[in-house]
Amino acid sequence: MLVCWCGSNIAGTVDINTVVEASKREPGVVYATDYQYMCAEGGQAMVRRAIEEHSLTGIVVSACSPRMHETTFRKAAAAAGLNPYMVEIANIREHCSWVHKDKEVGTEKAVVLMRAAIAKLNLNTPLFPGESGVIKRALVIGGGIAGIQTALDIADAGYEVDIVEKSPTIGGTMAQLDKTFPTLDCAACILTPKMVDAAQHDKITLYTYSEVDEVSGFVGNFSVKIRQKARCINSKLCNGCGDCIEKCPAKKAKSEFDEGLANRKAIYVPFAQAVPNVPVIDQTQCLKFKTGKCGLCEKVCLPKAINFEQQDEIIEKEYGVIIAATGFRPLSPERYGEYGYGQLPDVITSLEFERLMNAAGPTGGALLRRSNGEKPKSIVFIQCVGSRAEPDKGKSYCSKICCMYTAKHAMLVRDKYPNIDVSVFYIDVRTPGKNFDEFYRRAVEQYGVNYIKGMVGKIAEEDGRLRVQGSDLIEDTQIFVDADLVVLATAVEAQASARPLGTMLTASMDQNNFFSESHAKLRPVESPTAGIFLSGVCQGPKDIPETVAQAGAAAVKALGILSKDKLIGNPCIAGPDELLCNGCASCEKVCPYGAITYADKEINDHGHRTTRHVAEINEAICQGCGACTVTCPSGAMDLKGFTNRQIMAEVDAICR
Amino acid sequence: MDKTYLYYPGCTLKTKAKELDAYALQSMEMLGIPCKELDEWQCCGAVYPQATDEIATRLSAARALEEARQKDCDLLTLCSACHHVMKRVNHDIASDADIRMKVNNYSEFETPYAGETKVVHFLEMLRDTIGFAELKKRVLNPLTGRKIGAYYGCLLLRPSNVMQFDDPENPYIMEEFLHAIGAEPVLYSYRNECCGGYVALDDPALVQKVCTKVLHSAEQKGAEVLVTACPLCKYNLTKHDSGDVPTYYFTELLAEALGVKE
Amino acid sequence: MLVDEKGMQEEVIRMSGTEPKKCMLCGKCSATCPPSMDMDVRPHRFVKNVKAGNIEALMESESLWKCLSCFACVERCPRGVEPASLVEAVRLLVIRQQGKNYLTADDIPELIASDEEIPQQLIVSAFRKYSK
Repeated sequence: MLVCWCGSNIAGTVDINTVVEASKREPGVVYATDYQYMCAEGGQAMVRRAIEEHSLTGIVVSACSPRMHETTFRKAAAAAGLNPYMVEIANIREHCSWVHKDKEVGTEKAVVLMRAAIAKLNLNTPLFPGESGVIKRALVIGGGIAGIQTALDIADAGYEVDIVEKSPTIGGTMAQLDKTFPTLDCAACILTPKMVDAAQHDKITLYTYSEVDEVSGFVGNFSVKIRQKARCINSKLCNGCGDCIEKCPAKKAKSEFDEGLANRKAIYVPFAQAVPNVPVIDQTQCLKFKTGKCGLCEKVCLPKAINFEQQDEIIEKEYGVIIAATGFRPLSPERYGEYGYGQLPDVITSLEFERLMNAAGPTGGALLRRSNGEKPKSIVFIQCVGSRAEPDKGKSYCSKICCMYTAKHAMLVRDKYPNIDVSVFYIDVRTPGKNFDEFYRRAVEQYGVNYIKGMVGKIAEEDGRLRVQGSDLIEDTQIFVDADLVVLATAVEAQASARPLGTMLTASMDQNNFFSESHAKLRPVESPTAGIFLSGVCQGPKDIPETVAQAGAAAVKALGILSKDKLIGNPCIAGPDELLCNGCASCEKVCPYGAITYADKEINDHGHRTTRHVAEINEAICQGCGACTVTCPSGAMDLKGFTNRQIMAEVDAICR
Repeated sequence: MDKTYLYYPGCTLKTKAKELDAYALQSMEMLGIPCKELDEWQCCGAVYPQATDEIATRLSAARALEEARQKDCDLLTLCSACHHVMKRVNHDIASDADIRMKVNNYSEFETPYAGETKVVHFLEMLRDTIGFAELKKRVLNPLTGRKIGAYYGCLLLRPSNVMQFDDPENPYIMEEFLHAIGAEPVLYSYRNECCGGYVALDDPALVQKVCTKVLHSAEQKGAEVLVTACPLCKYNLTKHDSGDVPTYYFTELLAEALGVKE
Repeated sequence: MLVDEKGMQEEVIRMSGTEPKKCMLCGKCSATCPPSMDMDVRPHRFVKNVKAGNIEALMESESLWKCLSCFACVERCPRGVEPASLVEAVRLLVIRQQGKNYLTADDIPELIASDEEIPQQLIVSAFRKYSK
């Protein structure tokens, strides 16, 4: 029995000596001591020495949560020749000293928790983990800057990577942007080379216009069904000449890439630098599909790549790791009717503004009013649209990127059109990042952007202009700014497809449909589900530099698995007592991993040989969640390391 | 369409806003909607008592609501303020156990009232019971070419989570109504901004300011007249218009379109 | 006179059923409020003062009589605070005191005589808002 003080964390409200002395009276305890920091090198050495000197067959460490240091003490035990599963942790910090103020009460509880751990340890048996192989291929879901960067980093390390992207091209939201903060380099100039790198990399396979349909398996051995939607183009034959697009008469579809500000054809590539440069036929718009007539594209296509008969194709592949990189969408501001978005054409979103400013955008980069095509004289930007709100009024979080992109927008307008007045309504300007606040100050000082602290309450159309009714909180007044264009900095929102994907991956999601990380600080790019990693905004709002950094981190974590030949499993998995199993299959139904199957087996029941239908566990798939053990009506299913007997022994020790 | 509505007129519709009431009843008769006036209605109080500890001021609304339940009728309202008070008090009784208990303790209804009655505004009745498409067919004198701005004000729309009347920022029910009677609805930004309400009695200058904004907003978009469902809105807007954009009750235009206006 | 402002603050929060601590001082209420500029304590500051417990000062405020109860602030607040309900609660603290009615029955005949178009609704609602 080893009791840790954790400095004053435990010793402050638990009398260590009492716990040590009480433990000596427990059955099986031959040695008990304490130390200030058991997890430190000195403490670990003490653990090793105690095992060796006293020939211990098991140890209990009364310390912090096992989530914190169970692995530490298991390693120390293993180093001293003890099976690491003969280590039990009594959590007397999170469950005890931190929640109690009264030392007497804390001490009493620590003694009880210690007793329970000893009772369990007395029933522990050494456990030996199994091994499983690793498929040396990674799947990246989402082909924006996050997915591309993760894929490139994994591929450069020598492993195969597939990218599945639901739209017809990779590039994601970044491809729609004009310039990027804080250096104002053009988004396309830095992104498109990476897109080409990904396409040309001999280790990377792109599945664009494709979605993940089904995921099964486990870390090292995932099986995935990818649905490659019918492009109606034979990609191998298409030479990207664009004649089909030229001739297509159906031109009324809204361009997704231009945020609906321009039209596209029924057969289209989203933008000139799309990767792959292979068009898609939008079957909802195509006249051939709608009326059976037309087929002009087919007639003009020299390589005969058009195929109206093409069907969705299911591709089944296996992967060792999966990286989610599904990115985000800007929240639609239509629900904030006071801003008039959707009613007033000159009220637009930030992403629409990016397209309007972009030289390749619908206006060729000319900033013009949507209502009459004239040049605006005054522009108002409104920050925090849909962010920092009560859950029923929007998103409860700060979207993190809006302050910077709004400063960028304001600066770009003033740079290109010095005669346009620019005002920004803000609640707080949040610019933590390298060269970020300097960037915002430049907007104010060098470019003369008028920052107004306060929100906007209403935008009214008045005599052909927009009357922006806001607060100036520094002046404590209500102000009215007449504008010709209003840009709403809309909140970052998780993709609608993120949660269904999370369900497929059995990866946990937060209340905002972002993927949860395994530990907010120490494991920020890993999902709690083994073998699933998180890249980019799918985990929470972040800007491009952060996204790229996280994408690289996710790649490194993924490589940590891909580079292994064998994975050591968790030995704490389920196993049936075949004598007790009645073949009801309840466990099979509840198992979330599909680890349980039933088979007819010959059983030796106290000398009688009979054939019975009993449960079998695939040890490589079982994650040890315990759902089957609590479902089993006959008590046949047990979780190694957490058997029913062990748990009852703990309960008995607590109630004693 | 069999269900009889129990109609709650409210104080002003029997006095200063008789036309709002009369044209509505004539139109309903014409349209064949069964409707019966509440026997002994009391004034709803004209403003919703916001404080959670105001019980007495909720009782007259509770009484009307309970009577509608007894008669198994929806409670039909016409005046925006009455509708607001009825709807919100009903919501309080349904959702706030403390208010429900106190209201019932005071009122001593035979069966405790728990917010069962449905409160329906006349416009909602037109939309949901008759339907605007059907209404359009029944119109004898379409108001063709008349440019009309719907003025919603506040009380029908807000707070939207309780009122559930229409989109609080971009309402459309009155515009649909105007379409149905053949007029050309004019959308303008201030159609859901306040007319100044009861402050008219204390600070007419303030009310003049807000009304002028509303009127200007409607006028610059080409509205020739405004329609409202609220006597106080009509009073305030009429008092402060310079004669260019008069305000009418929507029921007056309805009666005109249906050919029942005398 | 020593006033228990803490108790009054609790009373205001209880009566209004709204929590001023949720306010993030974005100023949207004051931006949206039609009589915002006729108020000495504009809506966001009204909320802030309830939060700070300065109820006595608010009871002296002109804003109590300027709020239109139009609920625009309630509808548009991103934090689910109801400034109008806080104004109403403080107004009730005032008029529930003896002799503190802002409008009395004696005032009415003259008001009615001044304009025969005044609808009943206006008299009733003003009376409800301004006196007990």
